[in-house]
Amino acid sequence: MMGKLLSIAIGSAFINNVVLSQFLGICPFLGVSKKVKTAAGMGSAVVFVITLASAVTSVIYSFILTPLNITYLQTIVFILVIAALVQFVEMFLKKKIKSLYNALGVYLPLITTNCAVLGVALKNVQNSYGFVESVVNGFAVSVGFLVAIVIMAGIREKTEYNNVPKAFKGTPIVLVTAGLMAIAFFGFSGLK
Amino acid sequence: MSKVIERLYNGIIKENPTLVLMLGMCPTLAVTTSAVNGVGMGLTTTVVLVMSNLLISMLRKVIPDGVRIPAFIVIIASFVTIVQLLLQAYIPSLYSALGIYIPLIVVNCIILGRAEAYASKNAMIYSLFDGLGMGLGFTLGLTLIGIIREVLGTGSIFGYRFLPKSVPTLTIFILAPGAFFVLAVLTAIMNKIRMASGKGGGVEASCDPEMCAGCDVPGCRGRSEG
Repeated sequence: MMGKLLSIAIGSAFINNVVLSQFLGICPFLGVSKKVKTAAGMGSAVVFVITLASAVTSVIYSFILTPLNITYLQTIVFILVIAALVQFVEMFLKKKIKSLYNALGVYLPLITTNCAVLGVALKNVQNSYGFVESVVNGFAVSVGFLVAIVIMAGIREKTEYNNVPKAFKGTPIVLVTAGLMAIAFFGFSGLK
Repeated sequence: MSKVIERLYNGIIKENPTLVLMLGMCPTLAVTTSAVNGVGMGLTTTVVLVMSNLLISMLRKVIPDGVRIPAFIVIIASFVTIVQLLLQAYIPSLYSALGIYIPLIVVNCIILGRAEAYASKNAMIYSLFDGLGMGLGFTLGLTLIGIIREVLGTGSIFGYRFLPKSVPTLTIFILAPGAFFVLAVLTAIMNKIRMASGKGGGVEASCDPEMCAGCDVPGCRGRSEG
């Protein structure tokens, strides 16, 4: 069991990195990666939400959708659950854990439409992961996101004033960087 | 009539979602390993976009303002589920090729963006053509990227191999990094064109990246509005 969980974790975090090989969550990856500090904030918020969403959707799938035989409604149910969950987490943090809210609060509304959240929930179902596996997978995927976005921000801070061709300034050079990072992440496939 | 054509032109050329607005990046990068997949994903999204625009426009006076975003999401998710089941039944090859990216159409920025920016404010007929224009523009962008990647990566086009077997191909273009490189060059070309025509300087692709992460944040709403 432990070995299986470890292989799920390594596979989701590095080998099939959510951004660089699955292309989920590209928008925040390109948009919120200008500074390491904000990137780390966004990444942490994603870790928090995806892990929680994996747990909640896994429970809903196995205890509500499957017994009622309405698993075909998973897309509709999951997106609503995720949207509600994000709202709820935001309200809860605002009231109860002020410090965490100050750190992550601004990123939370942006996460609802981050396709990585829904993507992980659907992948968990597709691979018929149980509760523990889903949570581990969700955590690993989001840690992969955190690693990728922080590395990207680090590179962007260094290259911001580099003399790139005018047409490549902005998004294009970021995409080239992402491509090179994706090649680097191929190295992890040896871990399989 | 002219407004209908204007809507189509707006979606396909002027505000092309892939090449100009840079929306819906996940499927753009993920499924464009071949031209056929690009067309398939584009047309699937177009169907969802047209249907949801139509229904949202129809219900625009019924849906209370406070709950419009959840209402839009339910409508969009329902159409995505319908389309997903239809694809599974009638075009299983495309269904398995697109995989998880079909249900992920729900969170495609373009669809919620058009619902919020256009369909919730305009008459049904124009909303329909707005969806059609945007969908075809998206299809065009995806097909273009799919063709480039397929030609460079496998030496074929729409599955037909035109290079002799002895010529080596650049496999990296059908792998993940190739997607980033092709899109980087395409956006650089768009920037170049925009600089040449002197509009907006073209340093940053038109969408404000801070707002890119979520369509339902204020500020994103105005962006896709022409």
